[in-house]
Amino acid sequence: MHASTGAPAAPREPTIFELSRPGRRAEAQMPPRPTSNAVPESLRRRRRPMLPEVSELQAVRHYTRLSQLNFSIDTHFYPLGSCTMKYNPRGCNQYAMLPEFLARHPLAPESQGQGFLACMYELQEMLKEVTGMRGVSLTPMAGAQGEFAGVAMIRAYHHARGDHARNEIIVPEAAHGTNPATATMCGMKVIEIPVNADGDCDIEALRKVVGPRTAGIMLTNPSTLGVFERGIAHLRALVHDAGGLLYYDGANLNAILGKVRPGDMGFDVIHMNLHKTFSTPHGGGGPGAGAVGVGERLLPYLPIPVVGRDGERYRYLDERDLPASIGRLSGFMGNAGVLLRAYIYMRMVGREGMQRIGEFATLNANYLLARFKQEGFDPAYPHRRATHEFILTMKHAARDLGTTAMDFAKRLLDFGYHAPTTYFPLLVPECLLIEPTETEAKEALDGFVEAMVAIRKEATEDPARLKGAPYTLPVRRLDDVRAAKNLDLTWKPLA
Amino acid sequence: MAFIPHTSDDVREMLDAIGVGSIEDLFDEIPAALRCKPLDGIPPAASEMQIGRLMSERAALDGRPLNFIGAGAYEHHIPAAVWAITTRGEIYTAYTPYQAEASQGTLQTIYEFQTMMATLTGMNVSNASLYDGASALAEACLMAVRANRRSKSSRILMPRAVNPTWRKCVHAIADNQGLVFEEVPFDPASGQTVIDALAAYEGQDITAVVMQQPNFFGVLEDVDRATDWAHAHSALAIAAVNPTSLALLKPPGEWGEHGVDIAVGDGQPFGVPLSSGGPYFGFMTTRMEHVRQMPGRIVGRTLDLDGRPGYTLTLQAREQHIRRGKATSNICTNQGLLMTAATIYLAIVGAEGLERVAAASMERTAGLVAALETVPGVKAAFSGTRFHEALLRLDRPVGPVLEALARRGIAGGYDASRDYPELGHALLVCATETKTGADLEAFATALRAVLA
Repeated sequence: MHASTGAPAAPREPTIFELSRPGRRAEAQMPPRPTSNAVPESLRRRRRPMLPEVSELQAVRHYTRLSQLNFSIDTHFYPLGSCTMKYNPRGCNQYAMLPEFLARHPLAPESQGQGFLACMYELQEMLKEVTGMRGVSLTPMAGAQGEFAGVAMIRAYHHARGDHARNEIIVPEAAHGTNPATATMCGMKVIEIPVNADGDCDIEALRKVVGPRTAGIMLTNPSTLGVFERGIAHLRALVHDAGGLLYYDGANLNAILGKVRPGDMGFDVIHMNLHKTFSTPHGGGGPGAGAVGVGERLLPYLPIPVVGRDGERYRYLDERDLPASIGRLSGFMGNAGVLLRAYIYMRMVGREGMQRIGEFATLNANYLLARFKQEGFDPAYPHRRATHEFILTMKHAARDLGTTAMDFAKRLLDFGYHAPTTYFPLLVPECLLIEPTETEAKEALDGFVEAMVAIRKEATEDPARLKGAPYTLPVRRLDDVRAAKNLDLTWKPLA
Repeated sequence: MAFIPHTSDDVREMLDAIGVGSIEDLFDEIPAALRCKPLDGIPPAASEMQIGRLMSERAALDGRPLNFIGAGAYEHHIPAAVWAITTRGEIYTAYTPYQAEASQGTLQTIYEFQTMMATLTGMNVSNASLYDGASALAEACLMAVRANRRSKSSRILMPRAVNPTWRKCVHAIADNQGLVFEEVPFDPASGQTVIDALAAYEGQDITAVVMQQPNFFGVLEDVDRATDWAHAHSALAIAAVNPTSLALLKPPGEWGEHGVDIAVGDGQPFGVPLSSGGPYFGFMTTRMEHVRQMPGRIVGRTLDLDGRPGYTLTLQAREQHIRRGKATSNICTNQGLLMTAATIYLAIVGAEGLERVAAASMERTAGLVAALETVPGVKAAFSGTRFHEALLRLDRPVGPVLEALARRGIAGGYDASRDYPELGHALLVCATETKTGADLEAFATALRAVLA
């Protein structure tokens, strides 16, 4: 194993349970102890849960220290393909966390929510405008739930027409894993079709599989290969003529804002990842928001609630207004606070800015691609324009030096760059999917290219150095096999 | 240009490097016929100052009523430290911890969260969160179908006393995979699920039995009998629980002889503001034997190249990014930030604090019922023991009463009569530790005036 670089090993932050001492407590946070316990004996808890007993300061220090072990957008550049890690404006957070918004109970009368509901109604309208769809529901709580809503609506549409044979969803092989997983969750059969050497969908392969069993096709555009699907009009015609519907996976919507609209292109349904395109924070894995937009045919099936307007009054539309709805996907109305952040972001960006997003995301990606080409890296699709992202393949380094895309990714962490998306899409060998977003300055992009060049030099001179990376983070490369074999999923006190 | 840092020199140099004359040229692969018109429906850009003013005005429209609504979302005190830390940029703007070495903070927090939820529910393992309680219950039902290999029916017994919106959500999600739900009635006198009604399914193939504790009416259920009935009939037992109540109530892992198989709930009471319904988070815990059927991310502790302990996502072969169409669920993004808030909340309040919160809430609700029952036309509907909610019966339709209370600055509860027409004019109320004796009196006084 390659020796460490001499960077001091970061001290391990113990678990909160190791900081615990019996009888210690944060008294200022507790109500007085009640005198009675009305729980019947047979239903009472007998042993206390093993929660930590720490002071407020210990908790604050512990979680502050843990936070400092993370990369984040506020601290690092994240060229993470298909994830759109752009700046999350602080103002969006501050104004979404006004005390009245935080305190509002979801079941409070609509008369006590006209401010919040006005924001939601206007957000629906703005999302309709940028996508060209006829109706929007904000309830799905993440992209995958938006996908679920979309496919469930497609299913409901066919069933309402008595067309029960349509149980197949076509998905290009480059699709995000949630697409086939969603189709399965909706009780559909997944039919995968290949893409051709230029990264476009294989139209001939599609022609062979469409037919009376086709419920619809799920397309990501620009695709996960970082290119615009040029045959889109042809694809639409093929699927619509066969009686199927078109689903637009909006994961990459950032690339086309203000340039093309899925509704204009004939799509029947789209989900948007508001935590990507509209800049709500990723929060270390969530929350997201996966609003769905639909064309005329799917309007009756939108998930509820939707925010409607009667004159000057806003109100929730529910089962009574949309009796054919696919129903409710959450306990209330989805990730309301995330939606408020997206609303504030869209208002601050505005009409002109919306178009600039697509333009500068595309400029940054194409500039990075050009720089990488100049430096002799291999784009997976050298003859195509990048959209907001592009793929490099590290297959030559893997063949000649034995260093994988993952090795480059891990070494980048030492250089202070979050790794690009690795090994996705699955069909490009040793790939790095790179998306800079519009909020990065040219200097950040240049620095990233320089880091990649330096790492490639290391790979040539001392490939083992890459294999051992990272060296400067709180831990070195972790043993995933051990993690899955010797499952240690909860902290246990030493016996 | 908001949030775009490019100077005109930057743009020039970048276009030169690419070898095109304008940004517009970068879109030359998009067929011209597809290009859209200007987005006239989007308002012009507003500065942060302008939007700040607008949002403050809108927030003022919503007001700050004195809240007595529960019904699945509960107002508790949130220590200031919880969100001061949770909104730190290193947490708030971090990505999913796929690059483990650059995400040890997030990963260790999840590991601590998993430990806390496992001990609270009395189960072996927890995932790293689902969307919310309602969708977590749907995932639990789907998981039960995968985990119960002795059952072929995909039939699940679902009490009518389970949160009605959660039941709707379960239908919307699980019906697509052919699950069938049979409704188990509740006793109109006690408000408890009728466990004897399970006898109707004697000898039939049942996949799982769901029990909510406390149930939607706030009433405590005989969860031991229901769990034992499930296990005696080769069905799995699924618990849907209010996590605050677990400080006082027997955890799902100890229900009946053997404990339940899957426990779920909404984690909102742990440090998450009401915020018009979200973002909250769903939690799910299970027995070790079912861990490979569990949906969502899971963190494990392992060793690095130097033999030091560290944390990483594990058992990823269950998940959509590996298993695609054969994954346990399509979930990808979860509710990580809210899970973080909950972990910090639990670290600060601890077992002692949580017990006091639960007991104080229970006591306040008892006090509220006593105060409201002094108002003519108001009666508690059920005799069963309550946690921190109570169903009341009014002598007239609930909707207009709530509107009248709203005009007096009181959010007076949830109108349950639409979900349960058989209960008449039913109002579900809740008082947590946040309410004082004066608050309870203010509600009673307002209600007396409205009903007079």
